[in-house]
Amino acid sequence: MYRIPLGQLVSTGVDWLLKHYGHLFDTFAAGVNTFIHVLKNGLIVLPWWLFTLILATLAWRVRGWRLAIGSTLGLLLIYDLQLWPALIDTLVLVIISGFVSIIIGLPLGILAARNQHFQRLMFPILDFMQTMPSFVYLIPALMFFGLGTVPAVFATVIFAMPPAIRLTNLGIRQVPVDLVEVGEAFGSTPYQLLWKIQLPLAMPTILAGINQTMMLSLSMVVIAAMIGSGGFGQGVLSGISQMDIGKGFENGLAVVILAMILDRLSQGFINSPRKS
Amino acid sequence: MTKIEVKNLVKVFGSQPEKALEMLRKGSNKEQVLAKTGQTMAVNNVSFAIQAGETFVIMGLSGSGKSTILRCLNRLINPTSGNVLLDGEDITKLKPRELRQIRQTKMAMVFQQFALLPHRTVLQNVVYGLEVQGVAKEERERRAQNTLDLVGLTGWENSYPDNLSGGMKQRVGLARALTNDPDILLMDEAFSALDPLIREEMQEELLRLQKRMNKTIVFITHDLSEALKLGDRIAFVRDGSLVQVGTPEEITGQPADDYVAKFVNIIRKTKGVL
Repeated sequence: MYRIPLGQLVSTGVDWLLKHYGHLFDTFAAGVNTFIHVLKNGLIVLPWWLFTLILATLAWRVRGWRLAIGSTLGLLLIYDLQLWPALIDTLVLVIISGFVSIIIGLPLGILAARNQHFQRLMFPILDFMQTMPSFVYLIPALMFFGLGTVPAVFATVIFAMPPAIRLTNLGIRQVPVDLVEVGEAFGSTPYQLLWKIQLPLAMPTILAGINQTMMLSLSMVVIAAMIGSGGFGQGVLSGISQMDIGKGFENGLAVVILAMILDRLSQGFINSPRKS
Repeated sequence: MTKIEVKNLVKVFGSQPEKALEMLRKGSNKEQVLAKTGQTMAVNNVSFAIQAGETFVIMGLSGSGKSTILRCLNRLINPTSGNVLLDGEDITKLKPRELRQIRQTKMAMVFQQFALLPHRTVLQNVVYGLEVQGVAKEERERRAQNTLDLVGLTGWENSYPDNLSGGMKQRVGLARALTNDPDILLMDEAFSALDPLIREEMQEELLRLQKRMNKTIVFITHDLSEALKLGDRIAFVRDGSLVQVGTPEEITGQPADDYVAKFVNIIRKTKGVL
């Protein structure tokens, strides 16, 4: 019986891309790598206590003393477990993936909100990105970018970006019709309508999307560690392969602590009360 | 002097307006068009002229097409066919940039649910129209302050809309429209969402302001007593068509048909009770 050679087509396509545009991927990887190193070195030279202090202050300003104390205790535990370098590795991966997701995701979300055709094109792609098991695109990521943090960022962005796009789109579309009419009736340009009315009103929803993006990128750290991104994920992986339950648990717990701190912090930005 | 002239205005909602237009030309009515093509005739061949300085009330029940007619005047809704002449210029032919120019300088709109921007203070809401025109900050805030004083909101500049009562919100809506100093005010059921007492108060306020400003006002309402109180002339709309256009005296004295007469009788009865 005839079988469509779908898998073969994809792998031929990837090979073709590598053969003809391999140097482009190398350049790109080198660029991202430099960025990652700068950020990582910047964070690692910060003494652990200073980093903790900065984060606690931020938590206190944004959410209050409870989160400040919670974050401090969590970070102290991570330091005590000698997972500090892993924390920095993980944080760098999350920050960079989150940053790239937002830089690409927000404009795509805005475009989808303004153009029905683009939205219709975008939705199946987003479904694909979110439901395709992430192991599957680890392989081409590896082939394009080699081992390390760059392919991990690539895979994480694909997995984590959809909520940023979806919720930006949703937030803009949910702006009440009469407020959009205000913008138009007073003669706003489309650009003014976007910046002065649609984006400010969509902001809580957009921030919820960014929060989701960050949480999803954290959930990718273990998978990203399989292609050598380091961080807590590596600890979990070696815990599994060495049947070392204790090590796996410590690293897993550290992921949870970091996730909770980032989640509560970004929630704080969403709910920060309006000045009156 | 004629300020606004509407000629043979038609608005069809649906994906095949041409078919509906064709049927209309051959003399079909709204129901036949809907049954045959699935197209909704919101406005069916409406023509009228509004004089400068006149308060023109468009009166009709919900679904009669009155809000659609209003939105065709500033093209928040694009007419399917027909012309809207503003100072003799056909705005249905304008390009986006020219249309924005008209919306910025000649007309301003007041909305039923106030439509204040919740992320902006009262003052920031009122300057909006001047802000999009690129008027300097000091100048626009000075002018906004003037209109806020005019509508009696001095001292509320830095409050947020959420902290205001319904009547005050609509004063902000009115101030926002007036700050642009437009020739024409488009008021879409502007007082319908207010409590009866506050509505009465706002009607008086509008009459008082109109004496000073002498704008051309197009006012939409479903309340005949409001129409009679505010309007120099009233246009009765039913099922997307004009039933009668006339002064309050003409409407109450010689209703064009049973439909109009029914409304007039309700008003008579209420007054008789009192």
